[in-house]
Amino acid sequence: MTSRYPTHWRKPPQILTHPVWRPIIWILAAVYLVLAIGSLEVNWVRVSEGLERGWRFVQGFLVPDFSSRWTDISIGLVESLTMTLTSTIVGILISVPIGIGAARNLSPAWMYMICRSIIAISRSLQEIIVAIFFVALFGFGPFAGFLTLSFATIGFLSKLLAEDIEDIDESQVEAIRATGAGFWQIINYAIQPQVMPRLVGLSLYRLDINFRESSVIGIVGAGGIGATLNTAIDRYEYDSAGAILIIIIMIVFAVEYSSSYIRRWLQ
Amino acid sequence: MLTIDSVGKTYGTGDKALTDISLTIEKGQVVGLIGPSGAGKSTLIRCINRLVEPSTGHIYLNDLDLVALDQNRLRQQRRRIGMIFQEFALVERLTVMENVLSGRLGYLPFWRTYLRRFPASDIENAYRLLDRVGLLDQADKRADALSGGQRQRVGIARALAQHPDLLLVDEPTASLDPKTSRQIMRLIVEICSDYHLPAIINIHDVPLALQFMQRIIGLRQGRVVFDGAPSELTESVLTTIYGAEDWTNMQKQHEDDLDSEADATARLGALRS
Repeated sequence: MTSRYPTHWRKPPQILTHPVWRPIIWILAAVYLVLAIGSLEVNWVRVSEGLERGWRFVQGFLVPDFSSRWTDISIGLVESLTMTLTSTIVGILISVPIGIGAARNLSPAWMYMICRSIIAISRSLQEIIVAIFFVALFGFGPFAGFLTLSFATIGFLSKLLAEDIEDIDESQVEAIRATGAGFWQIINYAIQPQVMPRLVGLSLYRLDINFRESSVIGIVGAGGIGATLNTAIDRYEYDSAGAILIIIIMIVFAVEYSSSYIRRWLQ
Repeated sequence: MLTIDSVGKTYGTGDKALTDISLTIEKGQVVGLIGPSGAGKSTLIRCINRLVEPSTGHIYLNDLDLVALDQNRLRQQRRRIGMIFQEFALVERLTVMENVLSGRLGYLPFWRTYLRRFPASDIENAYRLLDRVGLLDQADKRADALSGGQRQRVGIARALAQHPDLLLVDEPTASLDPKTSRQIMRLIVEICSDYHLPAIINIHDVPLALQFMQRIIGLRQGRVVFDGAPSELTESVLTTIYGAEDWTNMQKQHEDDLDSEADATARLGALRS
């Protein structure tokens, strides 16, 4: 039995459907690749040195030394965890009012502009730059890190909360407004129930981002496990550095798994 | 009781939703507002509690002009106007009880409602209303766990918890099946006569309106084109309101509904015998 229908099918090109442009772009890409590779100057001596150093690092990683620098590590860890938790909580407390103010469907235009500007400033500055700034202002240590992470949390949470508030089901708000409820009652009865699961989810997600960031900003002097890691690498103590990395990875795993579990449980 | 005096509404986009509407509704009167979609039914009832601000005209509830009120006094008047919605508009993630008690928000300070510390009389009344609509055992369920008909009953209880002087009802049966629609309409009409409540009910289903309303107002393109008893609602009037083609389609739709329901009853009967 033969069918009248074709047995062969290929997806037709979706962009650049013109038959001339496609080969031209392929040729240009190939020429660029050849030129780019030709412009590289590889210093093979440095490569071999680097490989050797990298290998020592890998060896340190394979035999991590938790004990000889344990006091430093535990101090760094406690600092990092404290910084993470406090900055997340402070960040949430500040983000909620700003998020409400930055929701177009709730706030007057002037309030909206102010809150969106705060969010824009917070989001436009990368954590490391903010950390350098706060370290310069308040000196080395976890306080600068706490401020940095709180500041970054505000931009992240307020923006996503505001967007979530803008996406809610307006009919529920209308119904509560029709009962004669005031502004805060509308927030509490019509908006909070709709955005709460997502707000909790985002806060947990931010907690886990803040822990990872706390180990990065430690390198520029904002305290925590990052500072300990930086010191260990500077002293060529790759076995201790390996131990610190393993601890960071384990904690990120733990936070990641528990937060995704809690988020699923909340839905 | 309620007097609407030459109310007009033009939306920001320039669409004229309502033109020169004047009506008076007496205490205890249940009025059906019919008309094709886009005729301004929803806009008109939302103008009354100013969920939509009317552009021109006055609306008097017990001789008080609602259009002239500032925000605070508007909130006080909204407490006296219960509203029932098309898609129920319950707060899905709150319990049935919280939804009913939310009818009391306008009467209580924020901290009490935030802590869910409602006065004993409000709680007692909420239970009484839930019993009245047949949901006493569902009080602690989340609203999104209920069926459509049950949700609309919660919506009715919430509106009644306000101790309203007036009920605004926006397409209460649009998201319900024909049988539940009739049950819900019957409940609303019974409650209105129990409490001697006036009500304005937007309804697109003409047979339902004929069955339950004491007075019918027909809107077409934002103007009142009919105002009278259901018995005066003749073929020619309905053709004016809906336009010839739509009216014929609606009749056909209604016959189909009746047929399929009769069919279902017959099959059920056959199964039982």
